[in-house]
Amino acid sequence: MSFTLLINGTEHRVDSSSDETLLSILRNVLNQTGTKYGCGEGQCGACTVLIDGRAVRSCQTPISYAAGKKIITVEGLVTNGKLHPVQQAFLEEEALQCGYCTPGMIMSAVALLNGTPNPSEQEIIRRMDGNVCRCGTYRRIISAIQKAASSKTSSKKVETHG
Amino acid sequence: MADDSIGDGLLEVQQHNSIPRIDYRFELQRRDFFKLLGAGLLVCVCSSHVLAQESGRTVPSDDDLPKSVDAWLHIGEDGTITVYTGKVEVGQNIRTSLSQQVAEELRVPLSSIRMVMGDTDLTPYDMGTFGSRTTPTMAPLLRNAAVSARSALIAMAAERWRVSSADLVAADGKISNIKTKQSIAYSDLTKKKQLVTLIPDDPMLTPAQDWHVAGTSVPKVDGRAFVTGEHKYTSDMTRPNMLYGKVLRANSFHASLSSLDTSAAEKIPGVTVVHDGDFVGIAAPSDVTAVRALAALRAQWSAPQQISDAELFEHLRKTSEDAGKESANGDRQNARHVIGSLEQGRANASKTLSQTYTVAYIAHAPLEPRAALAEWKDGKLTVWTGTQRPFGVREELAETFHISKDSVRVIMPDTGSAYGGKHTGDAAIEAARLAKAAGKPVKVVWTREEEFTWAYFRPAGVIDIKSGIAGDGTVVFWEFDNYASGPSGIQTPYKVPNHRIEFHPADSPLRTGSYRGLAATANHFARETHMDELAHVAAIDSLEFRLKNLDNDRLRAVFEAAAHKFGWGREKSSATKGFGIAGGTEKGGYMATCAEVEVNHAGSIKIRRVIQAFECGAIVNPNGLRNQISGAIVQGIGGAMFEAIRFENGRILNPHFADYRVPRFADTPQIEVELVNRKDLPSAGAGETPLMGLAPAVGNAIFAATGIRLRSLPMVPNGLPQSNPAGM
Repeated sequence: MSFTLLINGTEHRVDSSSDETLLSILRNVLNQTGTKYGCGEGQCGACTVLIDGRAVRSCQTPISYAAGKKIITVEGLVTNGKLHPVQQAFLEEEALQCGYCTPGMIMSAVALLNGTPNPSEQEIIRRMDGNVCRCGTYRRIISAIQKAASSKTSSKKVETHG
Repeated sequence: MADDSIGDGLLEVQQHNSIPRIDYRFELQRRDFFKLLGAGLLVCVCSSHVLAQESGRTVPSDDDLPKSVDAWLHIGEDGTITVYTGKVEVGQNIRTSLSQQVAEELRVPLSSIRMVMGDTDLTPYDMGTFGSRTTPTMAPLLRNAAVSARSALIAMAAERWRVSSADLVAADGKISNIKTKQSIAYSDLTKKKQLVTLIPDDPMLTPAQDWHVAGTSVPKVDGRAFVTGEHKYTSDMTRPNMLYGKVLRANSFHASLSSLDTSAAEKIPGVTVVHDGDFVGIAAPSDVTAVRALAALRAQWSAPQQISDAELFEHLRKTSEDAGKESANGDRQNARHVIGSLEQGRANASKTLSQTYTVAYIAHAPLEPRAALAEWKDGKLTVWTGTQRPFGVREELAETFHISKDSVRVIMPDTGSAYGGKHTGDAAIEAARLAKAAGKPVKVVWTREEEFTWAYFRPAGVIDIKSGIAGDGTVVFWEFDNYASGPSGIQTPYKVPNHRIEFHPADSPLRTGSYRGLAATANHFARETHMDELAHVAAIDSLEFRLKNLDNDRLRAVFEAAAHKFGWGREKSSATKGFGIAGGTEKGGYMATCAEVEVNHAGSIKIRRVIQAFECGAIVNPNGLRNQISGAIVQGIGGAMFEAIRFENGRILNPHFADYRVPRFADTPQIEVELVNRKDLPSAGAGETPLMGLAPAVGNAIFAATGIRLRSLPMVPNGLPQSNPAGM
């Protein structure tokens, strides 16, 4: 079957079976590898992307569900060479070690701040708990999200590439 | 003590890996080198015994380079400094910390340094990135190369200007004359030159007190590529015409194939099926096709009956006794440390204690599973793979495919963590086998279930401790027997006049290997829990009891620093809140951990606060170090509280994150790290030792609150046990 995916403001025509996951399409067909495979079971959050503004696990999302909706991946956060405030905060707080969970963490954090511009620590923990950082940088990630929340630009919703 | 513990660690690594012979492979001719690197200045660090034969000097133009080189760096015509090391980056941040140290000694900005790491064609042989050895061993070599490069540049400028070297200083990538204020960039000095300097490996390094770049919290090199998703891990890579590989897994360990029908899979267009002995794999033009073809294979396996987790600890003891019987043949690999007389110690004891501790198998669960991309081209095999031992994997590949090591190149892109779990070349071999059959490059990325099942585990083990204290609370004897878990960190840092400390290898029903910290985590858990039990028997405060039995100033310093920061003794433990302390030294690092736990009515435990004081000599990057320490504490929570591999008759019962619980945001306490910076001491590694205090500190805190003594890791996989018959 043929599907149209709207990823980071660009349309992609993809031929695939209707049950192929968005993660597989992103990584193996479109070579957009910022979104990571961590478990394929929706348990670790490494594959998190935004669909119509909500954080979803792309490894659990069939292409047929994603088609026609607005998909934002980590590759879509940088605008005119400038990092998204959440990316900037992760970098400044050095909220990563191996960095493999980082794109998924950042996407979950962007979704969180879009809906809740000033989350409490408890809200951050609750909303981010589906994302695993095996290197254990959780405290720094919490600090990075708080930093991004308090930076001026972050309270504005991301409307990346239309 | 430090040397002994490193010895135990190496023994343990040898137990897990067949470490290849030191491989002096450096046979490039000088002209090949400059063809590869471009003109400029090349500095090679050689083992001193080689230089004793070949003597340290600028090599005459037609000489070969020595056959043994530990590291090298190159200053190009554009001023770029390229550093070559076989060490690899898996999140421990050595790309940054090594760059800092080279920048420091070479007097250049950090941004001018490029590290080439873990590429068997480009970097010198390296045994592997493990054992916290990069900082104490590789960093001094690279610093020394940089110091020598700086001296050579000063000499070149002196010659050019016909002045004394004493008038010249190196700073900011330039040599300047302090009298005339004349200056010249390094790149102008090396332009159109092909210079080689060989240097001995005895360091003449800038003392840490004078560091400006090293010793500071410079940001992670290439950090931006990780937050944008641009960094290419092995699993993200592609090659032209690349196929996707899958491997058929047996339905249990030690199984052999009894029948196989590949006909349905082979009918799928573009699919190559490889059947070679018990190896069955698929190469297909897309990942989904590979998965479909794999599912179309029909296989039957036969496997022997295997023991299950319920029988594990009995099995370890039993097979260790068997191993003991073989010791007469001299093939028993154990570590045994004896001091004084246990009989004398027992005679002096007023109270004695005998307890057993156990640790479960746990999984590394690196978030990037094993992955490899293999390509055969013009008789040469190139494999990109996430491994801590690129040269070891090259050896595995050469042996597997009966080819020379020179026709194998292993490249290690910065990898999605390892924690000791990526020593072997499994995925590399699989990808190479499939690529060979398909005649195209093949990428194999393990699924999470494969990673949880077919990788290897942190060994399980049983530890018996018998001890005694005199009336004044000093420990007078100490018998410590570790079955199966490993000898790392087995020796006590406490002053005990009579002790026998011994490691007994045993048969492991599961495949085991290195895990961050090796057995030092198990040994610290047992020792520091037992010390706490002794303190309780002696009715002495846990901290005071430890300090009383300690004559190690560095360990004392971290105990005191942690206790001070934590406010140890300020508040008494209650039924709902407990405080615990633990500490130790391993791999040149000294740590003390204080933990506060909350016990709720349902018996669930929440770790509220962890303070860790850590000392590893002169600190290279304080922010990176804090990140390692707090990360190790969080990883330690998993093994301490709930992580355990469950298995039955050759099958893993919980090979998913849904069933194998790893620490998450909600499990993470407040963490404060107190760094003790000893600029007067050489820097030690810090990737492992910070993990070891968490389990005993938390266990001791749980005891302080509840009176329940937990002696098995994980301690509370299902909450607090309601009764504790073995407890005190």
